[in-house]
Amino acid sequence: MMHSFNAHTVLVVAALLFVLGLTGVLTRKNIIFMLISVEVMLNAAGLAFVAAGAQWHQPDGQVMFLFILAMAAAEISVGLALVLQIYHQHKTMDVEDLEELRDRPNEN
Amino acid sequence: MSELFYIATFVAVAATMLALTRLHPVHALLYLVVSFLAVAMIFLSLGAPFVAVLEIIIYAGAIIVLFIFVVMMLNLGKDTALQEKRWLQPRVWLIPSLLTLLLLVEMVLLLLRGSKAPMLVSVVAPRNVSLSLYGEYIIAVELAGFLLMAGVVGAAHIGKHTKKNLHRYLQEEEDIKQK
Amino acid sequence: MLASIAALPFLGFLLLSLAGRRLPRIAIAWIGAGSVSLAAILTVLYGIHFLQSSPDSGVDRWLLWQWFTAGNLSVSVSLSVDALSLVFIFIITFVGALIHIYSTGYMRQDRDYARFFACMNLFVGAMLVLVMADNLVLLYLGWEGVGMCSYLLIGFWYESPANCQAANKAFLVTRIGDTAMLIGLFLVFSALHTLNIPAILEQAPGHFTKGAPNITLIALLLLAGGMGKSAQLPLQTWLPDAMAGPSPVSALIHAATMVTAGVYLIARMHTLFQLAPAAMMITALVGGVTLFMAGCSAMVQTDIKRILAYSTISQIGYMFLALGLGAWSAAIFHFFTHAFFKALLFLAAGAVIEALHHEQDIFRMGGLKARMPLVFYTFLAGAAALAALPFVSAGFYSKDPILWYAWSSRNGNAFLWGLSLAGAFITAFYCTRLMLVVFGGEMKTRVRELPGKAMTIPLATLAVLSVVAGCIEWPHNLLHLSLFSDLIQKVLPAPVLKEQLPAEGIFQLAAVVVTLLGIYTGYLLYHGEKSILVRWQRSPGKVMTRNFLLGGWGFDQLYDTLFVQPFLFITRVNKTDVVDRVYEGLAQVNVKFNRLLSTTQNGSLRWYIAGVLIGILFIITLQLVL
Repeated sequence: MMHSFNAHTVLVVAALLFVLGLTGVLTRKNIIFMLISVEVMLNAAGLAFVAAGAQWHQPDGQVMFLFILAMAAAEISVGLALVLQIYHQHKTMDVEDLEELRDRPNEN
Repeated sequence: MSELFYIATFVAVAATMLALTRLHPVHALLYLVVSFLAVAMIFLSLGAPFVAVLEIIIYAGAIIVLFIFVVMMLNLGKDTALQEKRWLQPRVWLIPSLLTLLLLVEMVLLLLRGSKAPMLVSVVAPRNVSLSLYGEYIIAVELAGFLLMAGVVGAAHIGKHTKKNLHRYLQEEEDIKQK
Repeated sequence: MLASIAALPFLGFLLLSLAGRRLPRIAIAWIGAGSVSLAAILTVLYGIHFLQSSPDSGVDRWLLWQWFTAGNLSVSVSLSVDALSLVFIFIITFVGALIHIYSTGYMRQDRDYARFFACMNLFVGAMLVLVMADNLVLLYLGWEGVGMCSYLLIGFWYESPANCQAANKAFLVTRIGDTAMLIGLFLVFSALHTLNIPAILEQAPGHFTKGAPNITLIALLLLAGGMGKSAQLPLQTWLPDAMAGPSPVSALIHAATMVTAGVYLIARMHTLFQLAPAAMMITALVGGVTLFMAGCSAMVQTDIKRILAYSTISQIGYMFLALGLGAWSAAIFHFFTHAFFKALLFLAAGAVIEALHHEQDIFRMGGLKARMPLVFYTFLAGAAALAALPFVSAGFYSKDPILWYAWSSRNGNAFLWGLSLAGAFITAFYCTRLMLVVFGGEMKTRVRELPGKAMTIPLATLAVLSVVAGCIEWPHNLLHLSLFSDLIQKVLPAPVLKEQLPAEGIFQLAAVVVTLLGIYTGYLLYHGEKSILVRWQRSPGKVMTRNFLLGGWGFDQLYDTLFVQPFLFITRVNKTDVVDRVYEGLAQVNVKFNRLLSTTQNGSLRWYIAGVLIGILFIITLQLVL
């Protein structure tokens, strides 16, 4: 069956969602919101894979989506555990306050 | 089916934008659920029903539940919303937004270069997906299994509430104060 | 038997260095002196056996084990003894044993009794390795071993910085010679592909043409090695300072044995030297000039040990002169007698020094003849031998042939003869001076105590030897008795003489007259009222000459201004190492760059993501534009 949309349209949508997610990661300071944004980005990547698979009538795109799903699940479990730990240790959710990895030339 | 696709697309984009601009974490998560459901709808219109179902169960179900669980544990509520309002100043989000907008424009330009033949959508049955998954991708599946295992162990370890750790931190803080 | 002679001192060294702290003094003395004495007895037994039934080749070899093999160089630890080595082994073990026995008395109050005997034993072992070595690598091992022991023993009383400085000086100056010698060994190996001594001596005449530059260079480098070890001009400056060590050390190392290692090396490599007449001539010249200059310095020294040190340099100069003249057996014979009388003189000087509360200035001694008769008579025997008093001293029999060959040998000439004759005069003069000032006149320092039996027995033995040891070889116009040169000439060639020579008797008479004249001059100046000396002390020119000679002809100052000061200047200028600056600059640039880059590590997660985003933008823009 024919559709009035083509594969590029779907990819543009995926790009739109990806960029929205990226914007969220860049603008939000709260770690929870950053993680939400990352989820959106992963979801957009999955959408691109599924669209590609649909274009060629192959199951591979969906398989890739499954892997992204597995990865997202693992990532979010570790990420949220980290959020809990950070909140317990630093009493803040502000990512700007977490700068222990900063280079301190005068202290080395 | 194309109308379905466009409507779902509109809902997905709108819900995502709302989700990322909300100040209250729970509101954001609810919009995110809507976004995931809309994406599931897109999957359906692309002839991928299996993935659409997984999207709803795992993204909109499990992951969002995890988020909400953490939000409840940390008791993020009205205070957080106020804080978020303070943080979301135009000077914080303006330049990153412009950069990402530029990225979007470039990506769209790149995408529109290709041919614009309408796509023929045919349903790829879950059976085919499973055959492919446990056939040629079997090693990737096992690796994904390792990844999840590592994720579980890592989350269990990191999430452990270590009193000693907290104590040491406080001690250090006290040391700094004394100085 | 051969191996056990060399092994005994090493065994003693091991015992003393490992367990020396826990052993009682009497045990240390027995081990230290006993090991060398036992080696001496074995040497005597072995020597009798060797003389009675010497192998046809005149060489006794003993392969112990293969040391290492690299490419076509294969070095074994093998000992070989021929007549030349036998003389050296005999001197090393026999005189060494006497000196060790003396040391048990001399060093009895020293804190580091065990360390002293350990070093002495190690020295004897290393010296034996040097003279027994069958190849030049093993010889070099012994060569460096004795150098190290010399360093350790000069700086034996290490608490005083002057002693350490003297040890350093000895080590560094000899190192110059050692380096030259090592280069010489490399050249020998590159030319002949072997370092085995018999093989070198056999192949060298076929390989080198006589007087070719390469063989001359090799011979000169080996000579430089010998000059460093044997304190010959211009590397002689270390020996007078080396007197900082205990007197037995001076006797053993810096008079009897180690300083003659250079003589041994040249005698051992005589074939190479015979192929390089120029090097032979230079050897003779070095010896002649050294014996004269060192003798002049010995005339004016006031420190008893420094007098003896300069006289040692002078006597080794005689040996070098003889070597350069091709009078190999005369050189070795002079080494043989010199070892006895110079060891005796040092030991007797040690006895005097100890009896006078470590006083070394001869002008604060005096009148010791009555108080220490035994030391006086032994010292007299040594001094007579040193001055080459005719017929009644060993020195006469060994020095006389050298003077004769200085004229009569093919290399000989009037200049060398004149130098050696002047040397004989000077030697006789300073011997007389030494005897008169130390033992004559009135007593100036009270004698603390007389030396014990452990010290007097070696003195007496050496004194007897100093008198009679020369009698085994008579000048051939007087008596046909040449036991020593018969033995040596199995290994070393006989000297080649000029044709149409005047009678040898004239030269002997000249030498005797000059010696007696020297003694008379000394008697005149230092006996009774010293009016001439007092007059000389007023004349500024003479005092200046005296100070010049006292400082060893200004060689120390010369080297100081030529080498030490420029070196110190360079080190001062280059304190912060110019070359290092480049690398420091590199490091600095790196650090700067690191600082620059590390400012991007600001710890802000959002900055990092922005960086990633800008990277993506860059790549996609490239994709769009290109």
